[in-house]
Amino acid sequence: MSAEAKAGGLTEYITHHLTHHNVAVGESSFWSVHLDSLLVSFALGLLMVFWFWSKARKATSGVPSRGQAFVELVVEFVDGQVKDVFHGDRKFIAPLALTIFLWVFAMNAMDLLPLDLIGYGARVVLGAEHAEHFYFRAVPTADVNTTFAMSITVFFLVIFYSIKAKGGLGFTKELFTAPFHAHGAGAKIALAIPNFFLNLVEYLSKPVSLAMRLFGNMYAGELVFMLIAGLMSMWSLGAVAGSLGFGIGVLVNAGWSIFHILIIGLQAFIFMVLTVVYISMAHEHH
Amino acid sequence: MDFSLVAQVQAAMAIGMGIIIGLGAIGACIGIGIMGSKFLESAARQPELVPMLQGRMFLLAGLIDAAFLIGVAIAMFFAFANPLLSKLQG
Repeated sequence: MSAEAKAGGLTEYITHHLTHHNVAVGESSFWSVHLDSLLVSFALGLLMVFWFWSKARKATSGVPSRGQAFVELVVEFVDGQVKDVFHGDRKFIAPLALTIFLWVFAMNAMDLLPLDLIGYGARVVLGAEHAEHFYFRAVPTADVNTTFAMSITVFFLVIFYSIKAKGGLGFTKELFTAPFHAHGAGAKIALAIPNFFLNLVEYLSKPVSLAMRLFGNMYAGELVFMLIAGLMSMWSLGAVAGSLGFGIGVLVNAGWSIFHILIIGLQAFIFMVLTVVYISMAHEHH
Repeated sequence: MDFSLVAQVQAAMAIGMGIIIGLGAIGACIGIGIMGSKFLESAARQPELVPMLQGRMFLLAGLIDAAFLIGVAIAMFFAFANPLLSKLQG
């Protein structure tokens, strides 16, 4: 995993770090699975669920423990945000928002792991020979498949809630009559097709922008970490330039990590709020 | 492999990446600047609204930043795993 040992230098180091642990399913190469994204995201999801479940099980109405107070803080924060945006029965929406927030936050937080930690672990466990061909990306949200999986799920929820709020007929009717309202049969028919295309663009742009926003932020963040790691490994330039590069690298890495904590929380928050906004928009009648 | 062809693609990509990041940065900075100044103005006028406005400001900051960061990610992608160049080599 080390960049210095190989001739490729920084470009090869970064390409190595950008390669997923790809496992082909079945005989042909048509289906393949990014095992690292799946493993890390499921592990983090289970961890978050278990953590909150264990705190909720032991919750008391008396003096709360520190863990319970923290969990209550998070739950109340998310519930308050949902209450601001969504007026109606929050029995499903608020837990959904909490799940999305915590899960995306945990997955984004994997960006703060040292970049070569997993590579070092692979080197220790597997040996240097196998570690050369061992790929593992720890940040599931820097994988476009993960973010699109989440945003497409949100898209289906939006469709489901539109149909639930307006009925199948009302939903279909709104697709053809919504942005431009017309009076009279002739104008209605003339505006049906532009209306439908505008709605189509509106519906399809939601999951794409939701997924690309999260993916772009995390991917760019990860790449900046890799570039800084390249700055830190300037050993080949000699003792003076090498140690200077290492020192600058440590400083820059610390700065970017601190800034990245803001981005991690912000992107998780935005994903959660936009999900709730889209679902509450699905309830609106035009 | 024809090196002049590779150099041509690299030069075009370098300019392209510069434009992607530069124009995105200009837009994001203007957006953040306008929003920040408006936030400060309204905070000075009505300090009791600051907690409510702060949350919305951060939300919008993330939204404004996102388009720029997507641009950076795409530019970086072209810098390190250029699909146009690998087609030339392959």
